[in-house]
Amino acid sequence: MTNKKHDLIDQNLQDLNNDGVDRRGFLKCMAWAGTGLVWTMSGGVPVSRAFAKNMGKDAGNVADFSFVQISDSHIGFNKPANPDVTATLQIAINKINAMPDKPDFIIHTGDLSQLSKPSEFDTLDQALKGVSAKQIYFVPGEHDMLSDNGDQYLQRYGKGTKGTGWYSFDHKGVHFVGLVNVANLKAGGMGSLGHEQLEWLEGDLHGRSASTPIVLFAHIPLWTIYPDWGWGTDDSEQALSYVKKFGSVTVLNGHIHQIVQKVEGKVSFHTAMSTAFPQPAPGSAPSAGPMKVPADQLQQVLGITDVNYVVSGKSLAIIDSPLSTTGS
Amino acid sequence: MKGNNVCVAILTAAVVITVVLLLAGSPIVRASDKPSAPGSEVKIDNFSFGPQTVTVPVGATVTWTNRDDIPHTSVSTEGVFKSKVMDTDEKFSYTFTKAGTYPYYCTIHPKMTGQVVVK
Repeated sequence: MTNKKHDLIDQNLQDLNNDGVDRRGFLKCMAWAGTGLVWTMSGGVPVSRAFAKNMGKDAGNVADFSFVQISDSHIGFNKPANPDVTATLQIAINKINAMPDKPDFIIHTGDLSQLSKPSEFDTLDQALKGVSAKQIYFVPGEHDMLSDNGDQYLQRYGKGTKGTGWYSFDHKGVHFVGLVNVANLKAGGMGSLGHEQLEWLEGDLHGRSASTPIVLFAHIPLWTIYPDWGWGTDDSEQALSYVKKFGSVTVLNGHIHQIVQKVEGKVSFHTAMSTAFPQPAPGSAPSAGPMKVPADQLQQVLGITDVNYVVSGKSLAIIDSPLSTTGS
Repeated sequence: MKGNNVCVAILTAAVVITVVLLLAGSPIVRASDKPSAPGSEVKIDNFSFGPQTVTVPVGATVTWTNRDDIPHTSVSTEGVFKSKVMDTDEKFSYTFTKAGTYPYYCTIHPKMTGQVVVK
């Protein structure tokens, strides 16, 4: 069993694109707290980089626009893995505000709160008021729909959305779709979109030109990363069948608090880091619970690992370039 | 006032006698091979219910305790019982009055499943 698990991890983390990034290199990319990803749309192809001090210097192409993805803020979490998640969210916000090229908007891929408490949502709102981006798009995580079927979430972040909070919008020629795969989960299963949402998605994409770049975002990964921990979505294959005709599809997820990437045909899958606490690599711990990092290591990890994404052929490639390679 | 004092004295005596009887009787209870405890404990550790199957007599109360750093729930698949969200160290109890098998899961992490067998 153990070997099988490790094989699976290696399969997920090995050099899928022959771009020189092996599992070891990939794991180094897992900088986590106080970070976010900057996505740049260039010629309809999204390119992402983690926040870095030298942002802007390495911008080869002139971007059409950029946006930032942040995820898993877990406001209200106060356990040893990170006793001050509001502070690390603030670091992420400061970094967004310090970007030389202002992002057009921010996408938050869920788990805004730890326990869906009004006070937690209040704290998040207060912090996000200070962000320079004009617009923030949300999708809920399972932590945001804990006790009230997501009513509180929908009131605050889901106005004008459909069902449990799904919607789509267009921005400068790119079609964005926010999906909810954390509601009405079934015993023994993983994430779920459900029939109603799938039907809506099919209709939403129907009739759009195949050359329209598509960005799907949802909390739980829309591809199976590790079923033992529920890191996948039971009916995602059907959702992905609707985007097959499109030339450029990017899928952005959170939930697993680490970067994992996969490219399959014209579809690039990517999971984001958390702004709150890291989680273990698939199968590397007894459970997916918060991973405790020594306090001094936490300080090193904050902002020292830079993840750059460059276009390599048809797929995205990840290049690990930490700002500091010293261990202390 | 005096009447109250008498009542208190009688009650105290009753409690003392009961305790003495219970203490005297406890080795016999322990020696019994049937589960005679009025309840059972399920611990939530590392995103799993332990033990995954608990067997209890009719009338028994099962108590779940979340020992993870992440909230969990314990919800009957057939709608028989439903816990509130249990944060770290929080508990939920349910008393089973009918024999049967009761599968349940964590609605937040549905890979977490368990069952209570009531005989």
